[in-house]
Amino acid sequence: MSTGEKYVAAAYLVVFVAVLAWVAIIASKLSRLERDVDELAELARRKVGSD
Amino acid sequence: MATALALVFFYAPIDGDQGLSQKIFYIHVPIALTSYACFGWGAAKAFLHLWKRSPGADLESYAAIHQGVIFGALTLVTGSIWARVSWGTWWTWSSNQLVTFLILFLFYSAYFMLRYSVEPGPARANMCAVYALFGVVLIPVSWLSIRLANDFIHPTVFTSNGPQMSGSMFLAFCVAWAGLLTLAGTMYRVELAGKRLDERIRELRELLA
Repeated sequence: MSTGEKYVAAAYLVVFVAVLAWVAIIASKLSRLERDVDELAELARRKVGSD
Repeated sequence: MATALALVFFYAPIDGDQGLSQKIFYIHVPIALTSYACFGWGAAKAFLHLWKRSPGADLESYAAIHQGVIFGALTLVTGSIWARVSWGTWWTWSSNQLVTFLILFLFYSAYFMLRYSVEPGPARANMCAVYALFGVVLIPVSWLSIRLANDFIHPTVFTSNGPQMSGSMFLAFCVAWAGLLTLAGTMYRVELAGKRLDERIRELRELLA
């Protein structure tokens, strides 16, 4: 692999890794939101049960 | 993006002057232009917030600026890699284009410091909108700096005579830019949806508490 090829690969890899990291962050945020919604649903169920 | 990659590596010719390293152009420049577009969109939303008090415009401005900063960071990293292979250095302070882009990036990075140092509410939204609008002035400055000054280091591809490249290179560039704009748009919408969901969950929690 020539020096030019290495740098080109590095530039494209940086972008790919950044997008991958963003997807991972969004996935973890999505699972947190899912937990929050579950918690709220449980709260709502309890509130309806007590009324 | 896949089409863009195929065009960049299998269709666009290898540059006679820079060789294979010129392929970085197809990712670096579209990312920089996408970053400008995100900052511009963020400023437009900030303007809408101040002018029409559009509901949600503050959040939309924030999401766009966040995308702009992500793409801005990628512009600096890919640019540094290209500089290393082309000029033999990671960074040079003598290039106006580089320095003005760094100022633009730092200015919008500081937007988050301002946003998170003020309590949420109308005052924060107004302050952030004014800040975002000030920053947009730096975009034409960054774009024009290389054209107004005699900058011999950073190449100028888009001149008043049009793009200084072959048709196949320009096609690969346009497809890469379209792909990156689509990616930025998708990221913007996903982030916005997440933020709106967050807000609604907070409201629901307050109602149920």
